[in-house]
Amino acid sequence: MRFLLIEDNQNLASAVVERLQLDGHAVDHAGTLQAAYDCIAAADYDLILLDIMLPDGDGRTFLQRHRMAEKRTPVIVTTARSAVSDRVGLLDLGADDYITKPFDFSELEARCRAVLRRRGGIAANQITFADVVLDATAGELRIGDQRETLRNRELRLLEVFFSSPGQVFSKSHLMDRLFSFADDVGENAIEVYVGRIRKRLEPSKAGIETVRGLGYRLVDLQ
Amino acid sequence: MTEARITGSIRRRLFLQLVAIAALLSVSLFFVIRGLAETAAEATQDGILAASATSIADALRSDAGAITLDLPYSALSMLGAINQDRVFYRVVVDGATLTGYDDLPSPDDAPTISESSFLTFDYRGDEVRMVSVTRAVSTEGAPANVMISVAQTRTGLAVITRRITGIATAAGVGFFLVATALSLLAARSALRPIGQMTASVTRRGPGDLRPLEIDTPTELSPFVDALNNFISRLGASLQRSEDLIVEAAHRVRTPLATVRAKAEVTHRKLNKPEHKQAMREMIRAIDESSRSAGQLLDHAMVTFRSDNLAAEDVDLVEIVRETASRLEPTAGLKDVIIRTEVPNLTPPFKGDWLLIQSALQNMLDNAIKYSPDDSLIDVSLSLNGEIRLSCKDQGRGFGTTDVDTLKSRFARGTNVDDIVGSGLGLTIAEDVARAHGGLLEIKPNDKGEGACVSLVFPL
Repeated sequence: MRFLLIEDNQNLASAVVERLQLDGHAVDHAGTLQAAYDCIAAADYDLILLDIMLPDGDGRTFLQRHRMAEKRTPVIVTTARSAVSDRVGLLDLGADDYITKPFDFSELEARCRAVLRRRGGIAANQITFADVVLDATAGELRIGDQRETLRNRELRLLEVFFSSPGQVFSKSHLMDRLFSFADDVGENAIEVYVGRIRKRLEPSKAGIETVRGLGYRLVDLQ
Repeated sequence: MTEARITGSIRRRLFLQLVAIAALLSVSLFFVIRGLAETAAEATQDGILAASATSIADALRSDAGAITLDLPYSALSMLGAINQDRVFYRVVVDGATLTGYDDLPSPDDAPTISESSFLTFDYRGDEVRMVSVTRAVSTEGAPANVMISVAQTRTGLAVITRRITGIATAAGVGFFLVATALSLLAARSALRPIGQMTASVTRRGPGDLRPLEIDTPTELSPFVDALNNFISRLGASLQRSEDLIVEAAHRVRTPLATVRAKAEVTHRKLNKPEHKQAMREMIRAIDESSRSAGQLLDHAMVTFRSDNLAAEDVDLVEIVRETASRLEPTAGLKDVIIRTEVPNLTPPFKGDWLLIQSALQNMLDNAIKYSPDDSLIDVSLSLNGEIRLSCKDQGRGFGTTDVDTLKSRFARGTNVDDIVGSGLGLTIAEDVARAHGGLLEIKPNDKGEGACVSLVFPL
């Protein structure tokens, strides 16, 4: 996905950019409202992350202008204020969702996905491998005419494998992608989910292969 | 709230003072009327006595060197006109009584000619009023000095005085009663602006910090000005503390967000399990502090808004739907599904929308935190003689924790050490429930494991 991050704090911005890139997203950063307007004029984004307090104005101004220009790009506001007291105005002004700082990136990603799904999604977010199509936005796995709705963790795990077919992912890496920092789970927990997606892929020509001692990878079984 | 120390009523004080003045005036009125009337009656008697004496004097004749008097009947009959008073007279010619009552005393200072002297004294058992006039009657020798005294008892006058006293009393009492009634009205109408002002202050909504704009009498304008000044300072102060909270939150949370993002990046890059574990613990500590900061802010906000509870129509069905959909992505991370069950028609409910939403969000947030992977959370709104907004999970429940202790600040269950929490979530929910006249019910889920937390409001 392509993000526009509007955030005036340089340290935070660079950390967020790096973190999102780790998950394979493209991120542009704008430190001011003006820079943000320039970015929007120049490129299309799947999602905008907007900070409310900016040096050259209020993020709300951006929201209003964005909505008046009838841009469809969803906006998720990142706020450092109290979640309860801020939410009313933000959603009324046309923010699609909001998340309070500091945020968990897996939660941010989940919110992005939910927002995109609500908005009708983007066609481009489909990955094809062998005879399988993974529609991340719809949360669907398509094998031929057969459509299956995936559960959240199954989807995220499949996304990891489908983003780099053939690459071996260690259990520990998969754990990082699947579980939040609040979850205290052993490495064996990942086997449960690998088992589940194997079942999902059974009717197809794709499969998850165990690489002993290293991890798992997505392979074409033909 | 501190009650005002009440030290008497202005209206009563004003009324009592006005009544005291009225009483004083009534008594004065009584004495003035009686005094004037008595003086007038006495003057009348004196006038008649003088006329009588004069007419006697006019009847004096000098006849061959002797002074004679043919007492005119009218001189005495005019006195009888007043009443059945007795009349005494005495005519003294050069010290010798010519006619009349010998023992009628003469005035100590004989009046000079053409003057009258008046005296009041007791005579033969009655109080009498006496007038004396002196005339010089020319005889053949030297002119004789004749003093005529006419006296009359004062019974008639006493009757008149009594009647006048009655009238004066009636006038005084009447005046007093009318004045009292008027005082009551005056006290009431004088204080009406205060009443109006009180009404316009107490009628205000909780968040209404606009200055007072009412018709103000001159005397109250300093008070209204001071009140308006106070209101504007209060508004500014509230604004300042709100700004401070927002600013403080911003200052704390932005660096925390930076640290957390960097930590996540580092965590991803590290390979050794012990390093990863250390980083994970760090991230959890960050989450704990930011969560506490957030919930403290929320709790402060809830307390503030509860003290000034709004009473707008709240669509509980909409709140359930919105909150559930807002937390759905969070629940999805653990493959937890939130099911909602709401009635077709939203029950009538008045309160603060934001507070109810905040309470439900905390309840649901807890449920998600304590739910195992791949489980269900049921949020339901039901109406069975009461409004019940419940959140049931399939989590670990409360173990051996006494559930009522969970409602107090910073209290946490005995079985939740491994999960990040501030111990404020249920406190917030409890405060919100109480502010709306309801209660927070915490009990184990009736279907097997888990917790069931409900906001219960009377219908």
